[in-house]
Amino acid sequence: MFLKDYISDVYNGVTSLLKGMRKTGYYFTHSKEIITEQYPDNRATLKLADRFKGEVVMPHDQNNEHTCTGCTACELACPNGTIKIITKFDITPEGKKKKAIDAFIYRLEMCTLCNLCIVACPSDAIIMAPNFEHSVFDRSKLTKVLNKPGSKIKEGIE
Amino acid sequence: MLSLESITKTIQDWLFAKFTPQIALTIECVIVILLCITLFAVLGLVLVLLERKVAARIQIRLGPNRVGPGGIFQTAADTLKLIMKEGLTPDAADKFLFNLAPFVVMMVAMLLLAPIAFAKNFQIWDINIGVLYVSSISSLSVIGILMAGWASNNKYSLLGAMRSGAQIVSYELSAGFAVLTIVVLTGSLQISEIVASQENGWWLFKGHIPVIIAFVLYIIAVTAETNRAPFDLAEAESELTAGFHTEYSGMKFALFFLAEYINIFIVCAIGATLFLGGWMPLHIGHWKDFNHIMDYIPSSVWFMGKTFFLIFLIMWFRWTFPRLRVDQLLNLEWKYLLPISLFNLLLVTVIAIMGWHF
Repeated sequence: MFLKDYISDVYNGVTSLLKGMRKTGYYFTHSKEIITEQYPDNRATLKLADRFKGEVVMPHDQNNEHTCTGCTACELACPNGTIKIITKFDITPEGKKKKAIDAFIYRLEMCTLCNLCIVACPSDAIIMAPNFEHSVFDRSKLTKVLNKPGSKIKEGIE
Repeated sequence: MLSLESITKTIQDWLFAKFTPQIALTIECVIVILLCITLFAVLGLVLVLLERKVAARIQIRLGPNRVGPGGIFQTAADTLKLIMKEGLTPDAADKFLFNLAPFVVMMVAMLLLAPIAFAKNFQIWDINIGVLYVSSISSLSVIGILMAGWASNNKYSLLGAMRSGAQIVSYELSAGFAVLTIVVLTGSLQISEIVASQENGWWLFKGHIPVIIAFVLYIIAVTAETNRAPFDLAEAESELTAGFHTEYSGMKFALFFLAEYINIFIVCAIGATLFLGGWMPLHIGHWKDFNHIMDYIPSSVWFMGKTFFLIFLIMWFRWTFPRLRVDQLLNLEWKYLLPISLFNLLLVTVIAIMGWHF
């Protein structure tokens, strides 16, 4: 009985080691598996993971329209006070007042890229963009206004 | 045909014709020393680069690729850096032993080069106890490591050196038994005779399963003896910073590093000689035509090919397996490797006596 355990111990050890060697041997012989990005050389063709979180941006469509209603859910969700939304009131053609954003201020230097604002947003107006080249010479350049000048809210978003 | 054998013979004839035997012998010694040092330097550069490239490929990386085409001058640049660095000696260290230790380790590696047959009739010193010489000299390297660990006056160094000592002393046994299986089959300790006995096939193929087991045991034991992962407890980075060479810098560190790689080369060369026929081409029994074709490949190419295959195998181990704990390390040796190798030696002895091998 002891001998049987001993032999099966040796056998299991050897087979598990061989399994590991098979995997690494596969990686060694298949250069297509290499995941290294030669970054400064391949800036043009750089591929980043879909989940990569670089900074918060607000996508605009071709009519310079975004979907931000100015509800400040993101501002409330942000743990660091990164986001500041300044709202204004637009006059609709019917003569009614409608709340809209004047400036979506985003402070990248305070942002921890925790993704809570993206989760909180009810109209999917902001997303995480895969940008990572954030170095600037002046700290004030990291404070960004996300809505483009002259942009307005898309029709039908409340 | 131009071979290393004919070159050495020409040089020797020329020297003995020109000078008196004493002077000729001295000149030969100087040439051998220079060749050895050159081999060391080249091997150090090549093996370190090879290791880094193999590691990179196994870890799905690219490895060094900036210095020179494909990074081939990376290790040369590293060596240049190490030469220019200050060789610091700690204040509280035992200065004499501290400075002596790298040279002891290096000298052991150099001594081990003597009985290795690099090609047909191309050997520095063909002593009749070659295998015994190798196993006795290789156990001396622990002295250099203990010396370095003790003289550094650093607890990490001392712990690393002690671990290394325990490891080398225990794994020496199963490496010795693995070597003995071939000695039993060959009936000789002389390297040239061991190679010659494999003319009709390498021992790995001739000796049935027991020799294959002995080969595996040998590879495991020498991986441990050269302090490489998965047995690199002596320099376990996460626990002991760098083990016995924590306090070393500059060229003294480079000597330790070089000695480590030279030792790998030497144990792989010995392994290739014992189990894979050294410089002997791949011969299969009485297939005359096949054997004749194989003879066209120079013997030095065969030797280097086999040695580098084994080196690659050991590098493969290093980048695949996780490090063992001290108790696991000693368990593996005393509970598994040693009983298996003792039993295996018995089997091989029976095979040798009954003449069951090919």
